[in-house]
Amino acid sequence: MPLQAFLILAAVLFSIGLFGVMTRRNTIGILLGIELMLNAVNINLIAFARFRGDIVGMIFSVFTICITVSEAALGLAIVILLFRVRRTVIADHLDLLKG
Amino acid sequence: MLETIAFWALAVVLVCSALAVVLSKNLFHAVLWLALALTGTAGIFLLLDAEFLAAVQLLLYAGGIITIVVFAIVVTERLVGERLSQTNRRIGAGAVVSIAMLVAIVSSLLRQPLELPSTAAPENVTQAVGEAVLTRFVLPFELLALLMLAAMLGAIYFARPEE
Repeated sequence: MPLQAFLILAAVLFSIGLFGVMTRRNTIGILLGIELMLNAVNINLIAFARFRGDIVGMIFSVFTICITVSEAALGLAIVILLFRVRRTVIADHLDLLKG
Repeated sequence: MLETIAFWALAVVLVCSALAVVLSKNLFHAVLWLALALTGTAGIFLLLDAEFLAAVQLLLYAGGIITIVVFAIVVTERLVGERLSQTNRRIGAGAVVSIAMLVAIVSSLLRQPLELPSTAAPENVTQAVGEAVLTRFVLPFELLALLMLAAMLGAIYFARPEE
């Protein structure tokens, strides 16, 4: 398969994730969309690493995977904390900063 | 030939499961579709001769993230009784923006053909990744350990019982 095929597949997945981030009401749903987008980026990194015959792209994606896992753990901790304070995780109802 | 068939099969699975993640009415089903999408991505990594990354993907994403997301849903979601619609009213605008994003990326990809010489796969990718991580990239690797420690402490702090 050519490099373009992998890049276009990643672009499709990224756009679907973006759609999820923009349209989900539930905070956990928004986090799922972010996971999809980061996943698409990893496909790009590894495709370039493979087609350039350079290992660095793969190491970069090892780092992004670890950072994504930290982000998911902290994001879900924040969601649970929000639920404890406000009894809801619907993003429309979270207006604590609105004054 | 076999590689082409595998790519298209994985691409169909990935796109369908990603659409199910963002469109599914039930958040719990969305997480299960996300697990399928992440597993399909591990298949794509195998096609790209990155066995180590495929294993990391399965362990950390499909194993770790899916489990904690399921726990978060169980804690926060009312699984019985009346439920709100899962998508907001701006679904049309969201579709327009994401399709515009897709068109922009794909048109810029197709405008200038990327002619990379198709190199052979490196001999032993896992060994090469391990050696590079512990020599050339050892400082970012240690910083990553610090980041994960900070994330773990933060998550424990957030989840502490209320006084």
